[in-house]
Amino acid sequence: MYNFEFVKPLSVADAVSALSDDGAQALGGGQTLIPTMKQRLASPDILVSLANIVEMRGVKHFSGNVTIGGATTHEAVAAADAFAGLTTLAGNIGDPAVRNRGTIGGSLANNDPAACYPAAALATGATITTNSRDIAADDYFQGMFTTALEEGEIITSVTMPIPEASNYQKFDQPASRFALVGVFVAKYAEGVRVAVTGASEDGVFRWSEAEVALSANFSADAIANLSLDASGMIKDLHGSKEYRANLVKVLTGRAVGLAS
Amino acid sequence: MTTITMTVNGQLSSREVEGRTLLVDFLRNGLNLTGTHVGCDTSQCGACTVHVNGRAVKSCTMFAAEADGSCVQTIEGQSNVDGSLNVIQQAFQDNHGLQCGFCTPGMVMAAAELLKNNPKPSEADIRHHLEGNICRCTGYHNIVKSIMAASGQNFSAIAAE
Ligand SMILES: Cc1cc2nc3c(=O)[nH]c(=O)nc-3n(C[C@H](O)[C@H](O)[C@H](O)COP(=O)(O)OP(=O)(O)OC[C@H]3O[C@@H](n4cnc5c(N)ncnc54)[C@H](O)[C@@H]3O)c2cc1C
Ligand code: FES
Ligand code: FES
Repeated sequence: MYNFEFVKPLSVADAVSALSDDGAQALGGGQTLIPTMKQRLASPDILVSLANIVEMRGVKHFSGNVTIGGATTHEAVAAADAFAGLTTLAGNIGDPAVRNRGTIGGSLANNDPAACYPAAALATGATITTNSRDIAADDYFQGMFTTALEEGEIITSVTMPIPEASNYQKFDQPASRFALVGVFVAKYAEGVRVAVTGASEDGVFRWSEAEVALSANFSADAIANLSLDASGMIKDLHGSKEYRANLVKVLTGRAVGLAS
Repeated sequence: MTTITMTVNGQLSSREVEGRTLLVDFLRNGLNLTGTHVGCDTSQCGACTVHVNGRAVKSCTMFAAEADGSCVQTIEGQSNVDGSLNVIQQAFQDNHGLQCGFCTPGMVMAAAELLKNNPKPSEADIRHHLEGNICRCTGYHNIVKSIMAASGQNFSAIAAE
């Protein structure tokens, strides 16, 4: 790993100003970035740790929403028990040591095609708040490892409307502990949203046909006759495109059955 | 280089480090605490698990500078004050919870975090909590038994095939 200067700002304002320097990069929990730096796929000159910014940590509830600070660890989200789907999701990311360090802001900024949080953010129609603006989840995710974030922009918090019922089904890839496929189902008075991770070459996406069917009838039967187009699905040594497309449907059915 | 200070196993320790110095290198090379092992260096195996402010972390995936000012516990700090093995370590010895012993420091640290938060875990709780700890000798059944025993529970049903 190449060397760098390490800085620990205590406020969002100081972090943003540190990040305006050439070669500066944000460090969340480091659970993705440190391995990437070891492989020399990233080599920042200055690493700006967000871990000491108190205003970016914690889980708060207000009028039917939950707001999670961008530097909040997966463990803290799981312990806050905001709503069923989110608690299960956060409590099953990686392993305990990864959950004690990794953060929601880092996960959403990275937008790994197999990461869990993007599914929760998209299924709940979350608002991603940065140091400069609010971004709707529908506009935020722009394909594998690609987001609406600008250079030096940091996620300060994420706000999710609390669903009436929700569930996250993750089919583990046992070696990496990431999702081979993950499906988040969120039911609201206005309708049902279904977001899928791990399956598509374009990263996290909404399965609109299932949303329409489930909004009319919230039961696994409602999607029994639907099928997902396998073209555009990820194919790797763990599963074919068709296998993944089928898993999406199976997991969506399970999530609907278990939603609470 | 910057100077960082942390409390390691109850002792205040200061060293100069580079930005890129990993916590595990600070412990092993800086403080000669070589009980914490590096199995993979890629966040997969958990052999390097230590506690930072009471939480298990993979010390190969944390910079030493991130732990500046914190309280760190390693395997060297686990024995009783008289130097005898603590309950978890003794249970590993009694139940053949280690073969080559390479993964053991990480297993013991992971188990210590689990038992602190969940003093009577089920077998499923233990296996879920150990997801990030790999035993190259594949001695998982006896590791799970050891942790069951350390929590004072009957483990005769585990892997009793
Ligand atoms: C063994 C293992 C298993 C894992 N399993 C899973 C899993 O099952 N599901 C899953 O979803 N993830 C999994 N992960 C990834 C884990 O959740 C990471 O913690 C997460 O993807 C990145 O978060 P971080 O805080 O560690 O970010 P970092 O690694 O610190 O940063 C990642 C990227 O985000 C940027 N960044 C960090 N914070 C912010 C912010 N607040 N605003 C803007 N940019 C920011 C950084 O500059 C960097 O580019 C796993 C990781 C490991 C090592
Ligand atoms: S050496 Fe740190 S996880 Fe393997
Ligand atoms: S005892 Fe040998 S690696 Fe676990």
